[in-house]
Formats: sequence, structure tokens, C-alpha cells
Amino acid sequence: MNRINQKMQQKNQATGAPGKLLSIYFTSGYPNLDDTVTIIQQLEKNGVDMVEIGLPFSDPLADGPTIQESSTVALKNGMTTEKLFEQLRGVRDLVSIPLIAMGYFNPMLQYGVEAFCKKCHEIGIDGIIMPDLPLDVYQEEYEAIFKKYGLINIFLITPQTSEERIREIDEASEGFIYMVSSASVTGSKSGFGTEQEAYFKRVASMNLKNPQIVGFGIKDAQTFQQATKTAKGGIIGSAFIKHLTEHGVASISDFIQRIR
Amino acid sequence: MKKEFIGGYHADQRGYYGEFGGAFIPEMLYPNVEELRQRYLEIMYEDSFQKEFHQLLKDYVGRPSPLYYAKRLSKKHQTKVYLKREDLNHTGAHKVNNTIGQILMAKKLGKTRIIAETGAGQHGVATATVCALMGMECIVYMGEIDIARQAPNVARMKMLGATVRPALSGSRTLKDATNEAIRDWINNPVDTHYIIGSAIGPHPYPDMVTRFQSVISEEIKWQLKEKEGRENPDYVVACIGGGSNAAGTYHHFLDQPEVGIIAVEAAGKGVETGESAATSALGKVGIIHGCKTMLMQTEDGQITEPYSISAGLDYPGVGPMHSHLYTSGRAAFYSATDDEAMTAGLELSQLEGIIPAIETGHAFAIFQHKTFEPDDIVVISLSGRGDKDLQTYIDYFKL
Repeated sequence: MNRINQKMQQKNQATGAPGKLLSIYFTSGYPNLDDTVTIIQQLEKNGVDMVEIGLPFSDPLADGPTIQESSTVALKNGMTTEKLFEQLRGVRDLVSIPLIAMGYFNPMLQYGVEAFCKKCHEIGIDGIIMPDLPLDVYQEEYEAIFKKYGLINIFLITPQTSEERIREIDEASEGFIYMVSSASVTGSKSGFGTEQEAYFKRVASMNLKNPQIVGFGIKDAQTFQQATKTAKGGIIGSAFIKHLTEHGVASISDFIQRIR
Repeated sequence: MKKEFIGGYHADQRGYYGEFGGAFIPEMLYPNVEELRQRYLEIMYEDSFQKEFHQLLKDYVGRPSPLYYAKRLSKKHQTKVYLKREDLNHTGAHKVNNTIGQILMAKKLGKTRIIAETGAGQHGVATATVCALMGMECIVYMGEIDIARQAPNVARMKMLGATVRPALSGSRTLKDATNEAIRDWINNPVDTHYIIGSAIGPHPYPDMVTRFQSVISEEIKWQLKEKEGRENPDYVVACIGGGSNAAGTYHHFLDQPEVGIIAVEAAGKGVETGESAATSALGKVGIIHGCKTMLMQTEDGQITEPYSISAGLDYPGVGPMHSHLYTSGRAAFYSATDDEAMTAGLELSQLEGIIPAIETGHAFAIFQHKTFEPDDIVVISLSGRGDKDLQTYIDYFKL
């Protein structure tokens, strides 16, 4: 079974926020080109449940300034798709938590969708998040390739996604649904209000077959707790990257310990 | 213009032109783009919409724009040259044809806040203008570099009541302004309509913009009939950045095989110099700003930063319709360097008394690349006037 599905099926070990899944996004190649595997190992060691490895892109449309800036630096450092695959060779001898490759579709398209999926499979990557690869194109052109290599494609929903489309996405999904917390690019909201809480509740009451993991806008223990009240877990990206910028790779445990 | 999807050289039902087009958008944009996709044709072809659109084009924009026989330019280049005078539109370029259409669309969709991207500032001015006309809030994203090189247009937008927000990322030009506008739309998904200024973006934008701009080729047909007794010229020529004036100039001629379609891209300092925006020569298929099209990129799929002296052509992609016209061979693509475009602009000024936008100067540089037959009828889209570019002309020619 795919590691993501295994992780989703595990019983919560604790109640409240400590029992929720914590997933961390980071931009590969940042702050330094060769930090990738060290960061993943540190995250696992500190109890993170799942890691999203970001492939930097020159024009990250859905991202706020923090992830944009980290992507620019990573590309300047020399990060490429091929380089990332090289760095990740052998990573499965070191860590066992689910790994997800996250990026924009154009670099994947240029690498070759099948070649990309094959590499992910060889490395032991479990899933892919490509926000600008829409559901219909995925199903018509690429689903068979993803499946052939055992990769789970993760879809997003937002507060504006209609109930009908949420059900359609749920039907097409495996693993989990990436629930974007609010109408925003990454890293731009401070705290969740009543609007978000209503949205979290509304989705929870739909009894979807896939668990939901909330992302965008989680930056500390308080927002993690709010976001995961009804969801299976939460994803932190921008706040983690800010922490790396300010405190470096050596201080990853400080950040994670403060979340739950 | 037919309400139905046509396919071929035009968009099909899913917004594809051959292999190009589509809607590669994150889920955050899906509700807005989907609503637009489902409703744009129905709204656009309502009688009341058509009536209001054409009334505004006539009384406010000043259409039809003249089709002018350029006698001295024709003599110089030994062929018959007609100029489609989009420079005489209110706000000084073809851009307003589209913004009039889209502001009416935004109203029908119940939107109250308008965002736009701009390169040369012409689309920004055209958007700010229609927002003032309709009393809507207007935010225009513009690359920091373009703000500096198109200062008069920045001032115009401000005077029209728009907020101009600098795009500070990447090359700080049109591509980055578009990124910022898209991010704004993600952040404001309910009350906001995004008026894209070129024939780019996710479906239905390229098709919608082309339909609004197709008033250009529609007029050329009857105007040429009046002057020459025939609707079809031998060639239509337009400059291409994203490709909105080209799309509008070509539209009614795409299915007329006897009409040669000519596109002139910006070669910047030269196609081989690494400082260029000639997408057809330098690009390959990829995804930019929500559509699959030809774009300039690294082997790794990172979008490269283009260069052109003209802010309006300084874009690493080209609309999906044009990618299809290029790969199918329907259109002949040329590119003109900064120097060629500037020279052509000076020539038009001194032969015909018309100072063109530098973007438009690229279209006129066709005479430096191609010789036409003496009895050919060549229609050139004079897409914009050069007032906004005076400082660049002054610096270049040491005026």
C-alpha cells in the first residue's frame, strides 16, 4: 500500500492537535543547494508525519512572497528537476515517512511526465501535488501514467469550491484532499476567522471518503490547532521556510516542537 | 462572428487551438474561470450586450477606425499599404476594444472590482478608462521596470483613478505583472474580475479577447471593399507580444487562404543574443499563465526573462492561437530588432506624419525583411500611437 494511504489509516495516537498529522513543505535547493536530504531527515526525526518536497519554479502563481523568494534562491543555487532526483537517490534508506513532490506543471512537462513519474517511483516518492494540473486534464491525459508508477495525485479544494465539485474531486482522489484554508496565495493570512471555521465544518459534514489536510495560513501552534479541529492534519510551508531563513537547517527541531 | 465554437484556426469547445490553449489553472481560480467559461458566449451575444458594446465603440472609442491608404509609404516600398488606424481610438491603441467588452462582461457577472496587468501601460490605461466610465474600482499591476520606462501611462492611470501596483518579482516586466494580477485574483475570488489584456491566459480568455478585438478585421473587410472593391487584402501584418491586436487583425481572414497572415515579433537585440522576445524562434511548448503555448524557457522548464525595447512585446510567451498559426504554417512569423523597429517608427513618422508606438514599429519593420509585389494590398495594424514612447525615442535618436 502507498505510504500516504498507510499514514492516513493510522489511528490517531493522541487527542487534539498532538494527534493530528503534521506535514511540512519546503523548497528544495533552499537555503543551500544540498540541504534537501538533511531537511527531510530532520523533519522525520522530529516527528513530522509527511513531507512535501517543493520543486522551485520561476513563476509560482499560487505562492506568496516567501515561497517565491525561496524558489528564486533555489534556482540561483542551481536547483533543477534532475538535480533533485539525484539528491533524493537513496533517500528511502534514510527515511520512511510519505514523501510528496510538489511543484508547477511546466517543469514536469519539460522533464516528460512519464519520465518524471518513473523517477519518482524509483526514488520512493509516494505522491504528487501540481496545483496547475487541473482535474480534467489529469484524468484525460495523465492518470494512467501516475497509476502505473503507484503515485497518488493530490487535489486541492478551496472555500469557493462548490459542493458538487468537492464530491467530484473526492471521487477522483486517493490519500487525502488538500484543503486550502482561505482565498489566498500561500503565506498571507494571519489566523483563521469564523468564515474559515464555517468552511472547515461544512466540509467535515460532507463525510468525504478521503481525509482532509489543511494548508495555507498555518504558521504556529494556535493556527495548527484551529485548522485541524475537524481535519486529519495540517500543512505548514511559508512559516517553515521563514524559520529556515532566519535560523537555518540546524534549528528545525525548535520549529517543529513549537507546533504541537 | 459566430456564437458557436469553430475550431480549426479558432478556439474549440475546450479552448484549444490545435494542441495549444486549455486552462491550466490552480483550483483557487477554478470557480471564477469556470463561471466565465460557462457564461461568456451567452452574455456576449445577448442583443442588449451587443447593442451597448457597439454603441460604446462608436460613440466613446470613436470606431470605426479609419483604414488609411499610406501613399508615401506605399511608394517607398513599391506596394499598396493600408494602415488600420487603431492608434486613433480613444486611449491611443487597440486595447480599449477589449476593455470595453470585458467591463460590460464584468458588470453582467456582478463584479465590482477590476484588476489588470499591463506592459506598455496601454492596456492599463484602457482598463483604468473603462473603470472610470463605469465607476468601478481598478487596480493595475505593472512591472517596476515598465513603470519607469512608460511614465506617462502611469500618470494617466493614476489620473483616471486607478491604483498602480508595481510587480517587484522576476524580470519586473509584463510576465511578472501578470503573475501578480493572478495572485490578486486568487486572494479576491468573489468580487473581482480580471481583465486580461492580451490573447493569453486560461480558456476562455484567448477566445474572448479575440472576439472583442475581431471588430478590427470585421471593419477592414468592409472598408477595403469600399476602397478596392474587394474584402480580402493580400496580406495582413501585425506585431505580436501576447497577440491581441494580431488576433483581432487576423480574425476574419484566417479562413481565407488567399490572405497571407504575417506576424512580427520583437527580436530585441537579436534573436541569437539572449536578449530577445521572439517566442516563435526561441520558444517551445509549455505552460504559462494558465495556457499551453509556445514560450521561452530553460531546458528545465523555468520561464526565461525576455527582452525588448518595447514594454508591450516584452513577454516570454505568445497567445495559443498564434502558436497554432505558427506551427500549422498558416502565419509567417518574422522578428524585428529594437533598431529595426525604431528605424521603421521614424520612417512612418516622416513619410506619413504618424508617430507609432514602438510595439507597432515592429510591424512596420516587415519592409526590412520582406519585399511585396507592386499590386499587393498590404494591411498593417497600426495598433498604437507613440506618445507614450517619446522619451525612448528621444533617448534613442538623441532628439
